[in-house]
Amino acid sequence: MSEERDRDGLGARRPRDPAVASRANDPALSDPQADSRVATWTEAELGVEGRVRDVVRAPAGVLSERGADVDATTPESVQLAADLVATMRVSPGCVGLAANQVGVGVRMFCVDVSQHPKTRTHHGTFVLCNAEVVEASRNEKAREGCMSVPDFTGDVKRATRLRVRGQLPGTGEWVEVATDAFEARAVQHEIDHTDGLLFLDRVAGAHAIFPRTTYL
Amino acid sequence: MTLHAITVLGHDRPGIIAETTGRLAALGLNLEDSTMTLLRGHFAMMLICAGDASQGEIAAELAPLEADGTLTVTVREVPEERAASAGGSSWVLTVHGGDRPGIVSSVVSRVAEVGGNITDLTTRLAGELYLLVAEIDLPADVDAAALEGSIRAAAAELGVGATLRPAEADEL
Repeated sequence: MSEERDRDGLGARRPRDPAVASRANDPALSDPQADSRVATWTEAELGVEGRVRDVVRAPAGVLSERGADVDATTPESVQLAADLVATMRVSPGCVGLAANQVGVGVRMFCVDVSQHPKTRTHHGTFVLCNAEVVEASRNEKAREGCMSVPDFTGDVKRATRLRVRGQLPGTGEWVEVATDAFEARAVQHEIDHTDGLLFLDRVAGAHAIFPRTTYL
Repeated sequence: MTLHAITVLGHDRPGIIAETTGRLAALGLNLEDSTMTLLRGHFAMMLICAGDASQGEIAAELAPLEADGTLTVTVREVPEERAASAGGSSWVLTVHGGDRPGIVSSVVSRVAEVGGNITDLTTRLAGELYLLVAEIDLPADVDAAALEGSIRAAAAELGVGATLRPAEADEL
């Protein structure tokens, strides 16, 4: 975990490879239409049936390694995206799932907070590949649980204002998502997964981890 | 395999945890749950370890920690305990105000009256300010609003403030 990612108003991280660097010239970035594109996206665009996969639990190594950047346009990526959504849908209370959580070490996740009471802004169901935080501010602390860490919950500070960018599976187009409140928390939790971080890596202190008392 | 509860209390200095855990590792013991903090500057550690060493062997291995007379070590065999499965709800209780005798006892007695179980508790005194933070599990049939009223009343009698808020985690 890098210190600067925890601070308010952090900048985009330095691109790691030429494929990532090329997005700096992508006209879709900083475009409000790119955000509404995410809001109207549904898994139906993938055109394949999702299969429910097994969710892996810590201490599985795949949860603690940064995933590989992924080609969002391949049939394998499209199937994985559909599988993530299908697995999220059948898991009680689940509002997001990263590829590492089904044992695949690539940077992809899905989110759907539309039914959660703490949600303000939301973009329905969406999947992002190679996503990165562009801007994050206004940290608040809340207690989180995770399907891959079923026996603990922990207090974690997350930004409540967030802008991220990533690629949609299938078309591979770059999009931006600007959000707040609970969707912002969920997206940061999932991007952390793609970076090989669990909420355990971000807990607020030595006495901020709790044995779970309620299982969904 | 048996479980032992170990406490180490006394004068704080760097290296107590390193030495204690090193000696336990040398006996092939596994640390299960442990907690450590400073209480008014005193080192205070409690842990449960699992393994095949006897109580006497563990006490002998840890005896050098007590050699200079500033630390006290206790070792006791304990049975396996299973955390009671809940089905209830989790809450965080915060109480703070001017220091005076009886704050903890009068507030937590209201929790005990309704069958609430305190699973974690910290109290601190800094100058005149007294602070209590507790994690509480309430049985499913407890009226939390009524309990908060009862706690607030107890706190008000002592001139301190209390809040009880839900500690439910968000699934992500």
